[in-house]
Amino acid sequence: MAIVTVGDVARKNAQTLQGAGRDVGGTIFRIAVAGTLYVSLLIIGVLIFDVLFDGWDQLSTRLGGFLSGTLRSRSIDDKLGVHQGLYGSFWIAAFVAIIAFPTGIAAAIYLEEYANQNRTTRFIELAIRNLSGVPSVVYGLLGLFLFVEKNTILGFIGLGWLVDLTGGPTPISAGLTLAILVLPIVIITSQEAIRAVPSGLKEGAYGVGATKSEMIRTQVLPYAAPGILTGTLLSMSRAIGEAAPLILIGAISGGLTANPSFVDVTALQDRFTALPILIVTWVSQRGRDEGFATAAAAAIVVLLVVVLLLNMTAILLRNRFEKKRG
Amino acid sequence: MENVVSEQQSKSPDTGTDTRRAEGPKVEGDVVFALSNVNVFYGAFRAVRDVNLQIHEQEITAFIGPSGCGKTTVLRCLNRMNDLIAIARVEGDLRYHGMDLYANGVDAVEVRRRIGMVFQKPNPFPKSIYDNVAYGPRITGMVKKKKGGDLDDIVENALRKAAIWDEAKDRLDSSALGMSGGQQQRLCIARAIATNPDVLLMDEPCSALDPIATAHIEDLMQQIKSEYSIVIVTHNMQQAARVSDRTAFFSVEVNPDSDTRTGVLVEYDHTDRIFSNPADPRTESYVTGRFG
Ligand SMILES: Nc1ncnc2c1ncn2[C@@H]1O[C@H](COP(=O)(O)OP(=O)(O)OP(=O)(O)O)[C@@H](O)[C@H]1O
Ligand SMILES: [Mg+2]
Repeated sequence: MAIVTVGDVARKNAQTLQGAGRDVGGTIFRIAVAGTLYVSLLIIGVLIFDVLFDGWDQLSTRLGGFLSGTLRSRSIDDKLGVHQGLYGSFWIAAFVAIIAFPTGIAAAIYLEEYANQNRTTRFIELAIRNLSGVPSVVYGLLGLFLFVEKNTILGFIGLGWLVDLTGGPTPISAGLTLAILVLPIVIITSQEAIRAVPSGLKEGAYGVGATKSEMIRTQVLPYAAPGILTGTLLSMSRAIGEAAPLILIGAISGGLTANPSFVDVTALQDRFTALPILIVTWVSQRGRDEGFATAAAAAIVVLLVVVLLLNMTAILLRNRFEKKRG
Repeated sequence: MENVVSEQQSKSPDTGTDTRRAEGPKVEGDVVFALSNVNVFYGAFRAVRDVNLQIHEQEITAFIGPSGCGKTTVLRCLNRMNDLIAIARVEGDLRYHGMDLYANGVDAVEVRRRIGMVFQKPNPFPKSIYDNVAYGPRITGMVKKKKGGDLDDIVENALRKAAIWDEAKDRLDSSALGMSGGQQQRLCIARAIATNPDVLLMDEPCSALDPIATAHIEDLMQQIKSEYSIVIVTHNMQQAARVSDRTAFFSVEVNPDSDTRTGVLVEYDHTDRIFSNPADPRTESYVTGRFG
C-alpha cells in the first residue's frame, strides 16, 4: 500500500467541501420557522383588514366626529364617538408613565446594583416574577379595594385615605391600578437590560475613580436605556389594552355625558371610561343595534393605531439610544 | 481621607533607603506598596497564598508567571478592584505609603483615583474617543469645563503619552468602539493616565499590540516612571526583562486534598537577578522557558 501523506488526506477531505444544501434537517427547520412567522403575520393582516372593513363606514364618513364624539344609546347618532375613551386611556397611560416607570426602573437599579444577593433579595425577585403573571382581574380587585371602595379590610387597616385621594371610580384609580399591574413587568425588563451591561464597562469606570452612582449614571443607564425603553413602552401598550381591571374599578359603559378635553384635569375626579371598555360595550350592544358593530370595529382601529404609534416611538427611541451607545 | 493619603505620600524617606542608596548605584524609592501575608479567596477557594512583597516608588515592577497563578488577582488587590467581586475576600496586610488600604473608613473610590488601572481586556466606553479620555478628569472634577481648553490639553497629552494621538487626532469625536483592539488598549492606557494617578497598574497592556505599539508603550513607561510607580503584569519574558526594575515570579501549587490550585509568590528580586541568577529553581526553569 502506498504511503498516505498528510497532504493526500487534506486533498481528499477538500473534495467534501462541495456539500452545500445537503443539510436537510436544517432546511426543514428553516421552512418551519419561517412558516410560523408568515402564518402569524397573515392572521394579524386578516384581523386588521377585518376591523378596517367593518369599521370603514364610521372611519371614512365621519372620522373627526367619531374621534370627538361620546357614548350614545343609538348607533345612528352624530355625536357617537370615542373621545371619552381616549380621555380615559390617555390619563391611564400618563399615570402609568409617571408612577410605574420611575418606580420600576429605580427598583431594578436597586435590585441589580445595590441589593445584597441574599435570601430576602431572592425572595423579592421571585415575588416580582410571580406578580407579573397574576391575571389582570386580580389587579382589578386590588384596585377596587384599595382605591374605590371604602369599607373594605384595607380601609380598616388605615388605607381609607387612598379612596378620598382618588375619588372612587375615577381615572386616577384606573391609572394607579394599571401602574401597579405593569410595575412587575417594568422591573423585570429593566433588570434584564441592566444585567446585560458588560462588567468591563463598570470596571473601567471604577478604575478611573468613579463612585457607584456616577458609574450607574454614566455607564449602566446609557447602556441599558434601549432595553429599558422597549420594556417600559411595551408595558404601556399592555396597560392601554386592558379592559378587565377597569370593569371592576367601575369604568362606565353607558350614560356618561361629560366629554372633557384632554387637558381638563378636573374630570380626573369624575367617572370615566376607556377605549377597551368602549369596544366591549359596543360589541355587546350590536344585537340590539347592528350599527354598534361598525362603531366597535372603528374603535378597535383607533386603539390599534394608538398602540402602534407607541411601539413605533419605542423603536425609534431605541434606535437613537443604540446609535448613541455605538 | 484625602488629606491622610497626601500626608503619607510626602513623608520623608526612611533611613533604610538612605543606607541602600549609599551602597550601590541604583537609587531606590520609597516603598509604595507593602504586602505582608496577603491571601485572596474567591468564596472558599484560596486563589493566592501568603504573598509578601514591597513595591517601590519610581520603579517598574513586573508580575510574571503561568496563567491562573493569581497575577491579576494580586494586582486588583492594590487598588481595591476586588471589592467589586462579591465573593472575593482579601486577608492580610496591604499598605500603601504606610496606610492600611483595607482599613475601616478607607474610601475605595479615593484609592482608585490615585491608583489607576489598565485592564487585561480592552474596555473602552461606548462613547467618543475624546469622551473616553475625558471621562476620568470630568468625573473626578479635575477640570471645571465639560469641553475645550484645559480638557482638550489633558486629552491630547494623554493620547500622546499612550502613543495613539496620531491615529486618533482626526477622529476624536467618533466612537471608540470603531478602533482596532490594539488601538482600544492604548486608548484605555490614555484614559488611565488622563487622571494623573500616582500609581499605574497595567494588566498585560501589550498583549494585543504589535511590536511598534509595544515599543511605544514601553517608552512611555520609561518616561513616566519618574512620576508614577508602575506595576505591570506580562506574559512576555523579554518585556519584563527589558522594562522592569524588579520582577515578581508567581507560580501555582496544587493542593493535594482538594485538587485546587493556589498561586504563590515564588521569588521577588531585582529583574537582572531574576533573569540571570534566580534563587529558586522554579524561577529558573520558567524564565528559561522550560516550564510554563
Ligand atoms: N472573579 C473570579 N471568581 C472566581 N475565581 C476567580 C475569579 N477571578 C479569578 N479567579 C481564579 O483565581 C485564580 C487566579 O486568577 P487570575 O486571573 O488572578 O490569574 P492570572 O495569573 O491573572 O492568569 P492569566 O495570566 O491567565 O491572566 C484562577 O484560578 C481563577 O480561576
Ligand atoms: Mg490575568
